[in-house]
Amino acid sequence: MGLRPHPPELKEFAERVGTQGPVGVAGSRTHFELGGALREGTPLVTAPVGVVAHDPAEMTVRVRAGTPVSVLEEHLRAGGQMVPLDPECPTSTVGGVLAVGRSGIRRLGYGHLRDLVLEITYVNSAGRLIRAGGPTVKNVSGFDLCRLLVGSLGTLGFIAEVVLRCHPLPEVSRWYVSGEDPEDLLAGLYRPAAILWDGAVSSVLLEGLAADVDDQERRFDLSPAESAPEIPRRGRQSVRASQVADLQGEFLAEVGVGVVHRSVYTDPPPTDAPALHRAVKERMDPSGRLNPGREVVV
Amino acid sequence: MDEGNQLNHRTDRDDGALAAELTAALGSGQVRSAGLERALYSRDSSTMEAEPSLVVLPRDAEEVATAVRITTGHGRPFVARGSGTGLAGGAVPLDGAVVIATSRMNRLLDVDVTGRLAWVEPGILNLDLSHQVAGYGLHFAPDPSSQQVCSLGGNVANNSGGPHCLAYGVTSAHILAMEVVLPDGSTVMLGGTTAEPSGYDLRGLFVGSEGTLGIATRVAVRLTPNPPVVRTLLLDFDDTDDGAATVSGIIAAGLVPAALEMMDRRAVEVVEAFAHAGYPTDAEAVLLVEVDGLGPGVEAAVETIGAVARRNSVRTVRVAADEAERQALWRGRKNAFGAVARLEPDYYLHDTVVPRSALTRVLRRVYEIADHHGLKVINVFHAGDGNLHPILSYDSRIPGMTEKVHQAGREIVEASLDAGGVLSGEHGIGLEKRDYMGLMFSADDLAEQDRVRSVFDPRRLSNPDKVIPGGSRCSDAGWAAGAAAGEGAWV
Repeated sequence: MGLRPHPPELKEFAERVGTQGPVGVAGSRTHFELGGALREGTPLVTAPVGVVAHDPAEMTVRVRAGTPVSVLEEHLRAGGQMVPLDPECPTSTVGGVLAVGRSGIRRLGYGHLRDLVLEITYVNSAGRLIRAGGPTVKNVSGFDLCRLLVGSLGTLGFIAEVVLRCHPLPEVSRWYVSGEDPEDLLAGLYRPAAILWDGAVSSVLLEGLAADVDDQERRFDLSPAESAPEIPRRGRQSVRASQVADLQGEFLAEVGVGVVHRSVYTDPPPTDAPALHRAVKERMDPSGRLNPGREVVV
Repeated sequence: MDEGNQLNHRTDRDDGALAAELTAALGSGQVRSAGLERALYSRDSSTMEAEPSLVVLPRDAEEVATAVRITTGHGRPFVARGSGTGLAGGAVPLDGAVVIATSRMNRLLDVDVTGRLAWVEPGILNLDLSHQVAGYGLHFAPDPSSQQVCSLGGNVANNSGGPHCLAYGVTSAHILAMEVVLPDGSTVMLGGTTAEPSGYDLRGLFVGSEGTLGIATRVAVRLTPNPPVVRTLLLDFDDTDDGAATVSGIIAAGLVPAALEMMDRRAVEVVEAFAHAGYPTDAEAVLLVEVDGLGPGVEAAVETIGAVARRNSVRTVRVAADEAERQALWRGRKNAFGAVARLEPDYYLHDTVVPRSALTRVLRRVYEIADHHGLKVINVFHAGDGNLHPILSYDSRIPGMTEKVHQAGREIVEASLDAGGVLSGEHGIGLEKRDYMGLMFSADDLAEQDRVRSVFDPRRLSNPDKVIPGGSRCSDAGWAAGAAAGEGAWV
């Protein structure tokens, strides 16, 4: 009986983060400017790398934050499973994707990526390793710091290692196009992985058993698509799912979710209760040393 | 109760002045101070109790804010309470806290069918919510066994689970936003109904915080489409190991059933005598498996589950022929704890999670622990996610029995953690497991949790002395009481 000790790789990461002075963390830098550029001259650290253990019977994987998502995906595929992190770029690191906190385009089918995180170990502003959550698929032991860290852009702590919930690899995964009203598709299709609508045509991703996918293809008269649609990446807008039908201009919207991809930059929405959010940052990182210059609160 | 109360009494408190100010602001119908009513709110469904100084029954969010502002203005603590079905003592008011019960705030405020979300008040009952949106073909997915009586606000506080969380996720995945009254009486919105609200995920932090960060007064919940096809299977085994192997085999086959529940022999006997669900009482283990989705996939899953079970020496595979039979099968499972209440005057219900691969090993250990202490134990649990619920039934009138039960409970927690598990799967930490937190988290981990909590509640007036150990003057409040948990407890 006793607490699981932190492995040496994590302790070394904590030492690199240190206990004082500004410090930044870098993954593969696909979203490095999000929330503002780091203050010039900030020394950078990178998180430990490697898939520690995939346990297909538990449907969990323990992985170090610096591991590229493509490496994790390949590892899991061998065990017939996946974690639908779905970053724009496969070189993105697991820790980077979680720190950015943006779900991939299969959020409609698999839920928000924060719900994939079961346990998190991070280095806090005092250079200490903090563990929150637990390694099992169900757990309500203590405050949910895992979700607090997801989407925090490394401003509250630097993610070192996580335990993620896996899903079975679907037997088939197929893109279709349809001219049907996207809301009708959403109401009619059973748990589609994604419906992306550009104002005229819906691209539908169905995953699961071939028999189920065939059945839906027939019933909704879906046309097989050559490939996934091109997703505009410059702008990312957040609306309510029920507002998607009223969108104007050029866009590709995630139906049933409310993420809108645009080819032009869009400002993030203002944060509700910004003072409370800032107080969380101030309490967890009083000297503002973690990723200085980066701002999560809008 | 007296003992707990003596521990709780502050010497400097003036209930009269507080009651007068609350009554002036809210009206006498909303503020209760009679002994009987304070006694009613002194406990939840755990074995712990401590009497509140006052009970406030607000009718809306503004009244909650007023009650909180006045209470904390007097430097006094408060405890939010839903239906009081919690099993970890989370709603037991320590330090003579004011109980703010949300039971009158039980309205469904708005449904956005296209966006599949609803705004509700925290006092709405879990199953009432699902019934009220059933006409849209939607439901609220988390389904704790207490769902007929537990409140949505309580589900938020405890990040509640239920059988169907195996496939659909626990409460946090189904909460989009909350209007929250903070301990200083101010109101904030956490999360949002757009896809990606900016800022930190304070919504996620609030869910499961057991009332220590404030009181949710309006909640936006995600609604889930009802599955087109549902099949429920009952599998029975001569050997518990075969049942557990079937659980692992189903998951290994790439299936994630909507629910995957297990009962041991003693549980089946007790439940069948009470609920007449048609369970085979001579089986060592019974699995209740539910799969949902589209027709072809569901039928394939039923085939696969049957095949896995046959490889593990299943005796019979029974597929519910119709909705009535399906409801009957679930009735047994969901009433298990009412049934147990008839065995002995008292029972103690545990909640830990272990890796699925350790299920049989830990179960065997649970039996050993119970035998060692001369206690009866039955097991009804969410096998699919390794969420154990050993129930120790006992008679607290026998001297020393309550202490034995608590000792056995601690040993079960330790056995679960030893096997790589966690302290609680869905009941929360509350008071019950607060002092076990150090078994799972380091001093640094706990200090970090406390730090985050203090942002919301620097004076520690919102459900004080819960979840995080240390600094408590009344750590044993109510433990010695060991009073009976009646039929109104679920898991």
